[in-house]
Amino acid sequence: MDSGLGWWGVPIAVLGGALRVSTPFLFVSLGECLTEKSGRINLGLEGVLVMGAMSGYAISYTTGNPWLGVLAAGFAGLLLGVLHALVCNLPRVNDIAVGIGLMLFGTGVAFFLGKPYVQPKAPTLPAIPLGGWSDSPQIQAALQINVLFVLGLALALLLHWAFRNTRWGMVVRMAGDSADAAKAMGYSVSGIRLAATAGGSFLAGIGGAFLSLYYPGSWNEGLSSGQGLMAVALVIFARWRPLACFWAALLFGGAAALGPALQSVGITSGYYLFNATPYVLTLAIMVVTCSPKRTLSGAPGELSVTR
Amino acid sequence: MAPQAITLGPVPAATPGPSPSGRLRGAAEAVLIPLGALVVAMLLFGLFILLIGKSPLEVYGFIYKGGFSTSFAWQNTLARAAPLILTALCVALPAQAGLIIIGGEGALVLGGLASAVAGYQIGLSGASPAVVQVFMALAAMVAGGAWIAIGGALRHFRGVNETISSLLLTYIALALFNHFVEGPLRDPASLNKPSTMPIGEANMVGMLPDLDVHWGLVYGVVFCVIAFVLVRYSTPGFALRIVGGNVRAARLVGLPVGVLLIGSCVLGGAAAGLAGMAEVAAVHGAANASLIAGYGYAGILVAFIARHNPLAIIPVAILLGGINASGGMLQRRLDLPDATVLVLQGIAFMTILASETLYGRFRLFQSGPQK
Repeated sequence: MDSGLGWWGVPIAVLGGALRVSTPFLFVSLGECLTEKSGRINLGLEGVLVMGAMSGYAISYTTGNPWLGVLAAGFAGLLLGVLHALVCNLPRVNDIAVGIGLMLFGTGVAFFLGKPYVQPKAPTLPAIPLGGWSDSPQIQAALQINVLFVLGLALALLLHWAFRNTRWGMVVRMAGDSADAAKAMGYSVSGIRLAATAGGSFLAGIGGAFLSLYYPGSWNEGLSSGQGLMAVALVIFARWRPLACFWAALLFGGAAALGPALQSVGITSGYYLFNATPYVLTLAIMVVTCSPKRTLSGAPGELSVTR
Repeated sequence: MAPQAITLGPVPAATPGPSPSGRLRGAAEAVLIPLGALVVAMLLFGLFILLIGKSPLEVYGFIYKGGFSTSFAWQNTLARAAPLILTALCVALPAQAGLIIIGGEGALVLGGLASAVAGYQIGLSGASPAVVQVFMALAAMVAGGAWIAIGGALRHFRGVNETISSLLLTYIALALFNHFVEGPLRDPASLNKPSTMPIGEANMVGMLPDLDVHWGLVYGVVFCVIAFVLVRYSTPGFALRIVGGNVRAARLVGLPVGVLLIGSCVLGGAAAGLAGMAEVAAVHGAANASLIAGYGYAGILVAFIARHNPLAIIPVAILLGGINASGGMLQRRLDLPDATVLVLQGIAFMTILASETLYGRFRLFQSGPQK
């Protein structure tokens, strides 16, 4: 430790990590929350995330504008979401299985098309320095906030409001709670789910762009380490509430930052084990929150994952 | 609204009466629909290849050449099919009970690790190679079976979704594997590639007579046949399929649902663990990062194409093994990225799942008058 913070470096690095690493969790979980509210689960967001990371990086590299990259990542995600929704709209097709298929398909296509972009350096997203008041470079580094993080927070608030107060939000929730009720009101359930899956995947794609364009900030095949999948568990933990998704994403970000933070103070022996913290945490949370005897409170009634 | 049961197990062959022609039509449906889906996948993949400016015919030519043309290509294909058969069983067996387990990769690496440790330790005692190999296989099957059983147990006792938990367990398994191979269990002599202590040349499993393919293929085929008989013709297998069809009915009849669910996970995990043992005992000689080769994930695809039928897994695994084997040739001769094979697999997965909707739709496959 060169800055003299000593062991205090660990919680500060975890906090900084939580602020930095949580953004992809936040976007993917908000996207998954939107999709699941409509009564369908998309387990393929891991593939969407990787595809978004690749397209975002490639477009940022070719156009020189990282924000165009973010947009492209969203649209790449949207396309995969439409694919998921169209296949799931066929009768007797299982949405969980299609999610596994999409996971393999998305990562395969991303690795294929992304091969030429492993080497070059694309322009990345800027950060807002909130730690200027401190002399410590570590605190400054920890409080670097990305615009996408702020955007994600705003989005969580927006979704929270929209699910309760807009016609659109209520229609999505109705399709998720009772497809029959939605049909009786004259809405197309498959149409609503198509829109919700496409929108959710758009957000997950943006979460992928954060990975390749900000932190870690490069494109390679080992970029995502299951954030897309953990976000699905995170939504269950957050009980399908967008604001709870925000806090859960921070928690997961902090857990993911624990390994690197301990490594920075010289603890390297259990490196792999510390890096497995987010997975253990996810599993532990699911064990605690799930129950075989009752349906989870807040769960959309049509959701296959909770019954 | 009554929740719909997710049916994953084999569709009961031609439900209206077991007449011979009805059975035949059911079998024809079960073979022709997946084949049709694979043909559609090939066409879509061909389109993809055209779009990036290469010739689909050339690509398929090289896949045939690299996977199925010469005896050397066949050896390569069968060697790659061996672990796929076993990891596919890790998906197909729990699927009989209605579970979607996708954690085969984790069971494979932990099985490989356990067998490497067992092989080294028992080898030290001077036991004969056959004894060493039996204990290696047992250690691998116990490790893999216990690992996948966690997913089944969490599902049964806590209602945790087994698809998510099994994939999370895979990430945890990989972390444990890397921790032990690069830490406490590392052979100090393995400098560039961290490995466990070698099990020794004498204890390695050899090649099949007249073939340059290791015994892992036989393990897989035997396991498939046993699994098929168990699922189709034994009482526990029948009970398992009832659980897969309708858990509530199974409970009403008084079936031990938990035992059946977790038992199918243990068997599936044991198969994937055995795949890890075969890779260690026949190919690598120790547990190292080469075990993490994606066999567990490809096995998911194999099981879904085979529609979780243990016997159908064998030809499907050989087909996929051949496609994987040709990946190197596509890379060298056509300058395609190594992920080409992954794209083909992804497309095939999506078309296979979409084809689920076609069952029971064709009059040709139905016996008796239609409603």
